[in-house]
Amino acid sequence: MSNNNTKPGFVQELVTLARTNMREYMMYIAFIIIMVFFAIQTDGGFLQARNIANLINQAGYVAVMAIGMTIILIICHIDLSVGYVAGFSGAVAAILMTKYHMNEWLAILVVLVLGLLIGLYQGLLVTKVGVPAFVTTLAGMFIFRGLLNLSLQDTGTIIIPNEGFKALSNGFIPDIFPNDKIHVLTLLIGVILVALMILSSVKERKNKIKYHFEVSSFPVFLLKQFIVAVVIMIVMWTLARYQGIPWTAVIVGVVLLIYNYMLNRTKLGRAIYGIGGNAQAAELSGINVQKVTLFAFCSVSLMASLGGILYTSRLQSATPTAGLGFEMDAIASSYIGGVAVSGGVGKVTNTIIGTLVIMSLTNGMNLMEIDISYQYIVKGLIFIIAVAFDVRSRRKK
Amino acid sequence: MTDYILEMQGIVKEFPGVKALNDVNFKVKRGEIHCLVGENGAGKSTLMKVLSGVYPYGSYTGDIRYNGEVQKFRKISDSEGKGIVIIYQELALIPELSIYENIFFGHEIMKGKSIDWNETITQARNMLGKVGLKADPSQPVKTLGVGNQQLVEIAKALSKDVKLLILDEPTASLNEDDSQNLLQLLRELKAQGVTCIMISHKLREITAIADTITVLRDGATITTMDATSRTIEEAEIIKYMVGREMDNIYPKRKKHAFGDIALELKNWTVVDPVKNREILHHIDLHVRKGEIVGIQGLMGAGRTELAMSMFGNPTGYRISTGKLFMDGRGVTLKHPKDAIRHGLAYVSEDRKGNGLFLGQDIRYNITISNLEELVDGLSINENEEIAIANDYKESINIKAPSIEQKVGNLSGGNQQKVQLAKWMFAKPNVLILDEPTRGIDVGAKYEIYSLMNRLVEQGMSIIMISSELPEVLGMSDRLYVMSEGTIAGELLTEDATEEKVMAMAVSS
Repeated sequence: MSNNNTKPGFVQELVTLARTNMREYMMYIAFIIIMVFFAIQTDGGFLQARNIANLINQAGYVAVMAIGMTIILIICHIDLSVGYVAGFSGAVAAILMTKYHMNEWLAILVVLVLGLLIGLYQGLLVTKVGVPAFVTTLAGMFIFRGLLNLSLQDTGTIIIPNEGFKALSNGFIPDIFPNDKIHVLTLLIGVILVALMILSSVKERKNKIKYHFEVSSFPVFLLKQFIVAVVIMIVMWTLARYQGIPWTAVIVGVVLLIYNYMLNRTKLGRAIYGIGGNAQAAELSGINVQKVTLFAFCSVSLMASLGGILYTSRLQSATPTAGLGFEMDAIASSYIGGVAVSGGVGKVTNTIIGTLVIMSLTNGMNLMEIDISYQYIVKGLIFIIAVAFDVRSRRKK
Repeated sequence: MTDYILEMQGIVKEFPGVKALNDVNFKVKRGEIHCLVGENGAGKSTLMKVLSGVYPYGSYTGDIRYNGEVQKFRKISDSEGKGIVIIYQELALIPELSIYENIFFGHEIMKGKSIDWNETITQARNMLGKVGLKADPSQPVKTLGVGNQQLVEIAKALSKDVKLLILDEPTASLNEDDSQNLLQLLRELKAQGVTCIMISHKLREITAIADTITVLRDGATITTMDATSRTIEEAEIIKYMVGREMDNIYPKRKKHAFGDIALELKNWTVVDPVKNREILHHIDLHVRKGEIVGIQGLMGAGRTELAMSMFGNPTGYRISTGKLFMDGRGVTLKHPKDAIRHGLAYVSEDRKGNGLFLGQDIRYNITISNLEELVDGLSINENEEIAIANDYKESINIKAPSIEQKVGNLSGGNQQKVQLAKWMFAKPNVLILDEPTRGIDVGAKYEIYSLMNRLVEQGMSIIMISSELPEVLGMSDRLYVMSEGTIAGELLTEDATEEKVMAMAVSS
């Protein structure tokens, strides 16, 4: 295991790498296959800059909800209510902005606080009263669906006039040197992202070598950096040729950064993985399991509210049908992204890939004008195959 | 020639790294009450699991002859089909179901395709009559006391037409009256021709009821004594149970003076609110700085409950009287977190269930209970964390390629060292070790004993809970013996002998 003299060849190392990280790589490969498939079926339409921007805007609300869901699933709970919490939150935002003429940013703040309170209510039921999360949030599904319908009963669908609010899921970041051909700021951000990523990888590698941990050989390391850099630049180039980075991507990116940092670098993150892996051991290690569980419920409902805001912004209106089936996409994204069904394992960065898989399917099949019924069946099949594969590959270890 | 209903010969059963049974011979005469005794871990339960098919044929070596024929049980229903029924200490009844549903659970009386409830109730009433339980068969089992639940289990066994009844510690959770009733019932069953194997720690009951007594120790048969031809004294059984030579497996530690009292319990009484039963009664104990205090007692004496109730009480027991003092000051610990903050640490007996995060690496496991020390602002300082984890890996010799190794992949001994490292890093003043060497090999045991010596020499206090008598005698400065939730006695190690301790442990 330590660095011995018999160094494996480059190709051989790649094969071992692929074998040990099979689960993760399978997800990327599946994602690429899906993209290629749709690209061919739509004569390239799927990969056009306009559609990529579209895809990001469509996926945003699911992405933030899936990030919240990932935490809940890691600690072995579930939240079925996120869909209607999102729908209800969007309706509340719309009512605040139209009926009460509230400033859109204040309305967003109020709705996010509402999300936190909903999370607090469900979290207290689970931790203090002891109602299982499945039941608590199933009841939540009823309640928030009812509240959504009730709040839009008199008005029906509410059209939102606020430009700032609509921009959240329709607008793009401004450019520093506006021109017709290319979005300069987008390219610049791409370059900065690549540089940051390479810097942090190099630093991490140095550290690992310092502490005699196993690291991949230098050529493999280079190849990895190269692939990631190319992928980022292709996406950025494509977006730059259209209207630049969508605001949704910025919002999802910030949420992702915060959650990723929280899970990997803070005590809270350690506690979350600990509770998922072995709740009793966590309690005996001095972790306040109830408090962390309460946090997870607050966080998932907060993300549901944010998702509701993004979705409402995307539609530029609040409708009584908003929220239907959102929880399915959020849960599927997390599991496709590699959260273990037994809990304790999962990464928010991979959850985003899971969201992209699910939302590419939606987007691609819509472009192909496939009936919604078939869409559900296909998504369900891909979901169950991913989880079955996950369960098998974990059991082998 | 003697008529044996059961002959087990040359039984060997291995678990990874441990030989649980090593060439056990065990013969039971038809129609007798045969008691099986031995310390915890002697192999009694394993032997019964081999017999009943819980460990299927092929997973052990040796012969099982039942009614003279070699048996190859692959599952429990195979042995039950031949009339061998085990009643475990943890009763296998379903509390919400009625008595009659429980009695015929799994072998329902059928009429065509559906269950014949009338016949079921009639027969259940019949069985209850046989075991002398006056209760309405339609009553839910949860409304019965433990003693009567035990009777329902026996009724269930009778309904399976039992020929060989095995009882694993049947009186462990019964009071005196219920125990006497049960023993009387066993005598009646014997008169009706049922052979009975009883595993028990209660020597008084054994000498009262046994026709034959077999003693197991360290996975081997030590002796089989005929109790019908002569009276067998408890002392004789104890001698066989413990009669092991004290090997030189306990590292010496330097003589050093003890400091002030680090932890003291006064009048500590604990109630289990679920069972609504007092599980610990008026416990007084203390440990000084630099001292190793042993707590010895048999299974069910309340040792782990005692440790948990001190360590912030995560199981939700109610402390009805008493106070815990740390360094002379009374403290109330509401959560393990409080306990850790006050300098208490608890190394669990169940390292896989309660102690470790098997899916996480060594580093994660070592630092989890004291991350405060590694936090800069919000972030965990990973470089410092790695350095600390590496230090512990070196200093207590955790054998693994790196601290990135998942703990689930380590051997038992190394897992235990990770647990110890975790709690050493929490920098406690008082360390509670619950069965610190259970299931690990001799080499790792020695290392753990040496580590304990090092810690007390630095002034730490250790409370060591162990059911291995030689270990308690070999490592403690002073020891308490627990029995049935009380402290049955306190001994200085130089005054203690295995016989004395065992006599206290079985005193109630």
